[in-house]
Amino acid sequence: MTDSTAELTATDIEQRIGEFLEARTKKSWEPEVDLFASGAVSSLFAMELVVFVESTFDVAVEGSDLALDNFRTLRRMSALVTRLRGSGGEGA
Amino acid sequence: MELDARGVLQAVSSRNDHDEAWARLEALGLAEYFVLPHINWGPKSTSVKAIADRLNFSLKTIAFIDDLPTERAEVQFHHPDVRCYPAEQVTSLLDLPEFSPPVVTVDARRRRQMYQAGFERDREREQFQGADETFLRSLDLEMRIGKARDEEITRVEELTLRTSQMNATGVHYSDSALRALLTDEDHEVLVVSMSDRFGPHGAVGVMLIEKFPAAWRIKLLATSCRVVSFGAGAVLLRWLTDVAARAGVHLVADFKRTERNRMMEVAYRFAGFAAAECDCLAAITPPEGTESLHLEPVRQDPPTTVRVLAPEPNADGLGGPEVLWR
Repeated sequence: MTDSTAELTATDIEQRIGEFLEARTKKSWEPEVDLFASGAVSSLFAMELVVFVESTFDVAVEGSDLALDNFRTLRRMSALVTRLRGSGGEGA
Repeated sequence: MELDARGVLQAVSSRNDHDEAWARLEALGLAEYFVLPHINWGPKSTSVKAIADRLNFSLKTIAFIDDLPTERAEVQFHHPDVRCYPAEQVTSLLDLPEFSPPVVTVDARRRRQMYQAGFERDREREQFQGADETFLRSLDLEMRIGKARDEEITRVEELTLRTSQMNATGVHYSDSALRALLTDEDHEVLVVSMSDRFGPHGAVGVMLIEKFPAAWRIKLLATSCRVVSFGAGAVLLRWLTDVAARAGVHLVADFKRTERNRMMEVAYRFAGFAAAECDCLAAITPPEGTESLHLEPVRQDPPTTVRVLAPEPNADGLGGPEVLWR
């Protein structure tokens, strides 16, 4: 990834994922709202969300990180991305 | 038409004026036999690739028939996996083994209609302004889960061969292996079919379960890529979770990562399956290189987008009458 993603704040991350969600679900999502509670999210969409997060923020979500709880809200997703970006690159 | 009846989909890759060429096919009464006409002035290799991508088929499954050697060479050059045949050979194709499936299933005979209904559905979806869930509800989706009957096994075997993206272990169970398990009281072979207001999707999924006293082990879960966008895999796992919770058993899923089945891993993990240590795993030895993903199930509400009809769980497993999950 380019330098432009090097220093992303949680707000930046939430905003990017929020734009993707809004384009796909045609509604806007508050940071703490449960995406899956409404049933608006299919398994295909869950997959797209995972792929979007991985490719946009240059992270790999694997094993126990690949859990619904980490993708439940915009805030949780940004926390996951921040954590994975922090540990990435140094072979952690 | 004979190829069509055998379940071979036929598409058009032509360098021509679209409207003129299509009008010609319509006049001949042949248009309805084709899916995904690609009639344009671009290279045919591009059209062939676009058709394969749209169908979600590997290029190995594609045959290209053309009267011009240069066109065949162009397609062959870009896509070595595509089999090319000269148009003169068209009448003898029916005798070739690659065009002669050993068994033609019900779903194969109506394959073209199912794909055509699928494209129609996709068009409506693209034009639909609203959340995904609202669209899915408008489809009037119904899923039937039932014990496999003998005559369905061929279709099920076909599914495990084709659905590499949606196969949780990458293992292919042969026709005879699955048939042998039909009467095994420790195993359940379940077939999943779906329909909606556009028509039937046919058999779209298969699940093989081995029953242990403390756990049910999902040895195989494969769904057709045609129903992925309906969340079929997630619905199926949700139903099984509910049934297992009622039966008082844990669920253990065999999962082996392949290059193409990441979607299945997401489906399992998002349904709550995870690597775990549990006494119920003692009885289960997964094959080399296969992980056991574990879930302690709790009761689930039925999905809002799909009606699910399935056998009621009883003392033997899933031997009860078919009921609506609610």
